[in-house]
Amino acid sequence: MKKLIITLSASCLFAACGGGKSDADKAAADPYDAQKTETGNPSYDPNRGEGKFTKVDIPATLDAALASTGEKTYSVKCSSCHKLTEEKLVGPGWKGVVGRHTAEWIMNFSTNTDAMINKDPKVQAMLEICLVRMPNQNLSDDEARALYEFMRKNDGVK
Amino acid sequence: MKKITISLLAGLVFSMLLMQSCKPKNAGTAVNADAASKAYVAPGKYDEFYNFVSGGFSGQMSAYGLPSGRLLRVIPVFSVDPEKGWGYSEETKPMLNTSHGFVPWDDLHHTELSQTNGEIDGRWIFGNANNTPRVARIDLTTFRTNEIIELPNSAGNHSSPFITENTEYVVAGTRFSVPPDDANGDVAINTYKQNFKGYISFISVGKEDGKMDIAFQIKCPGVNFDLSHAGKGKSHGWFFFSCYNTEQANTLLEVNASQRDKDFIMAVNWKKAEEYLKAGKGRKQAVKYAHNVYSDKTHSATSEIKTEVTILDAKELKDICYFIPCPKSPHGCDVDPTGEYIVGSGKLAALIPVFSFDKIQKAIADKAYDGEFEGIPVIKYDAALHGEVKKPGLGPLHTEFDGKGNAYTTFFVSSEVVKWSIADLKVLDRVPTYYSVGHLCVPGGDSKKPNAKYLIAYNKITKDRYLPTGPELAQSAQLYDISGDKMQLILDFPTIGEPHYAQAVAADVIKNKSVKFFKIDENSNPYVSKGEGTTKVVREGTKVHVYMSCIRSHFSPDNIEGVRAGDEVYFHVTNLEQDWDVPHGFAMKGANNAELLIMPGETQTLKWIAEKPGMYPFYCTDFCSALHQEMQGYLRVSPAGSNVPLTFSTGKNYPKADSTVAAPAK
Repeated sequence: MKKLIITLSASCLFAACGGGKSDADKAAADPYDAQKTETGNPSYDPNRGEGKFTKVDIPATLDAALASTGEKTYSVKCSSCHKLTEEKLVGPGWKGVVGRHTAEWIMNFSTNTDAMINKDPKVQAMLEICLVRMPNQNLSDDEARALYEFMRKNDGVK
Repeated sequence: MKKITISLLAGLVFSMLLMQSCKPKNAGTAVNADAASKAYVAPGKYDEFYNFVSGGFSGQMSAYGLPSGRLLRVIPVFSVDPEKGWGYSEETKPMLNTSHGFVPWDDLHHTELSQTNGEIDGRWIFGNANNTPRVARIDLTTFRTNEIIELPNSAGNHSSPFITENTEYVVAGTRFSVPPDDANGDVAINTYKQNFKGYISFISVGKEDGKMDIAFQIKCPGVNFDLSHAGKGKSHGWFFFSCYNTEQANTLLEVNASQRDKDFIMAVNWKKAEEYLKAGKGRKQAVKYAHNVYSDKTHSATSEIKTEVTILDAKELKDICYFIPCPKSPHGCDVDPTGEYIVGSGKLAALIPVFSFDKIQKAIADKAYDGEFEGIPVIKYDAALHGEVKKPGLGPLHTEFDGKGNAYTTFFVSSEVVKWSIADLKVLDRVPTYYSVGHLCVPGGDSKKPNAKYLIAYNKITKDRYLPTGPELAQSAQLYDISGDKMQLILDFPTIGEPHYAQAVAADVIKNKSVKFFKIDENSNPYVSKGEGTTKVVREGTKVHVYMSCIRSHFSPDNIEGVRAGDEVYFHVTNLEQDWDVPHGFAMKGANNAELLIMPGETQTLKWIAEKPGMYPFYCTDFCSALHQEMQGYLRVSPAGSNVPLTFSTGKNYPKADSTVAAPAK
């Protein structure tokens, strides 16, 4: 069933853009859209963001091993621009981030970055401050989840 | 079933939303049907404009035809070019000499065509070297770099090579402030505030011959000087430089140089500086910099190391420099065709401030200052301001003009070009670029007389615009028709990398002056062969000089014997052709450098070490005639100490000889 939806959506998408995948990519990569969609988009869920994560089950307590895996990803792919404090470096500091966004939002943003920069009101407001589009670091789903666990650890989840 | 219907609907809604978002990008809607005809130049027809585009980290400059976007020539400037022998032939090596020795690469960011009375005169084009600070002058009759001058006391020559309206001066500025060359540079980096200074150079340009000379340098506070433009008309006599990092940070500038609400545009009264210079207020400073000149008569370059420069101190000589606050790390600093308006583009700002030259003059007369920065008066922002363009887009970078009262500004972050009216600061039109546009160019767009038929955007990211080519994608420009009220995208064209600033001019200004060949009678290269009868091979110790000629389709001599292992062989090749479009190439097996590409009437020299005994063919690389493939020769290398006599010949068919018996000299 799920497959069917995806296929249908995909085929509609092709028809709409008249050019196939590259046009969809274009829309995603085009920062010009950032301005066009500021007014909001009723179908866009600002709590969930946009991407493959619709519902992530997060246990009440910390998975320390997973957080430590996430920390490794952080040090390679994220720490150049994000501090663990509240201080903004290139992008915002991570302190308190799990309180500001849902797990789904964070994992969608970290894996579907360009599309969300173009659509998400919170991201667009942040872009006006930072003026650097967050690069897509091509995180795997597992990396995104582990990174979220590290964010939880950083925010004091035990 | 119901579920399927829902998903169908969802799919439709989703696709309709997507349709909306991809609508402006669809080739059928973003590009009008007549775009192709507007950019089409039929085979055999000339383009309407030359577009001189900086080659960025390639170190070169390129010439394109517009509106077709066809690449006409890559002009080697600061980087070696083995294809043309640039930096490899003995004649061109001195062009890349610096106070650091031979430097084979640089980063060319900006191009500027020479002007007379504020109009492009088509004589020369200048380019800047950003890494090892230099300015180059390219002759537009030969499309060749004829002069390169190095800049002392500088690092990162970015605000260059912009010129005054009669090409009196070409300027340079230091992007990375550093301790001056005569000071001890071995200091702690965090002593930036005390020890680091910014120098602005004014290079005079000879009225007739274009020869460059550093007239004076102005010592300024240590900040990052970014871009510049000369005043014109009423503001002729002034120069404007944008600067950032007024925080004077020395680390993580991405964050630390973006703290202050306002940085500066520095207004320089260079006429006043000239007066001080005349009055002897300059200080002579011992420095070292290279000045390299290429001659079209000797067909070779000379490099001279100069040892002195005159410094004017902006802190002591109060009325040369003034700072004008400009929001958020200004990048572009552009002066409109009337010379009245100076547009600053704070790359982190959400507005564009436009300053008025008249107001700046009044503010100076009234001393409407907000104190000083490092001893230089800071004019009150409001006292200098004509007005602000509000909410024009994100990340304004550069502005050019159409001469009809409009300005065109690029926005890096929001990927667009915005047209606005200078008088009332209203946004008139906006078009997307694909993607993240840096510089833009309107033909004559920084002069008094723009020729505003087209606008070209030079993009930093191309992503999905061209067929993929691995991790590094095509560099690109986009051409817009701006002859109407609305800007219209008509062409994407790839460029050499990476395009920064570019200039364009009507082809008529340049095309009829093109040199077709060099007159062989005027060739004064010391190693010229004026006619096949004068060719020879001369041994001087372990050096062997081959005076060689070439013409369709043979070399003379083409048989050379008696060269010994360990010899240094110099092939001085003269192209005897006296017609257009007949260069000859010269390639030698095992040469550790490159080929020669010799224009008609020219002499060029390739140095080749004969490393070990054997037979070495050489040949012509540039297809010259139906018998080009026959254009070849042999050089025989014998062991060191061999008694094979030195002989050379062309077209002598000797009887079969014993390999140890030399053929008779011709």
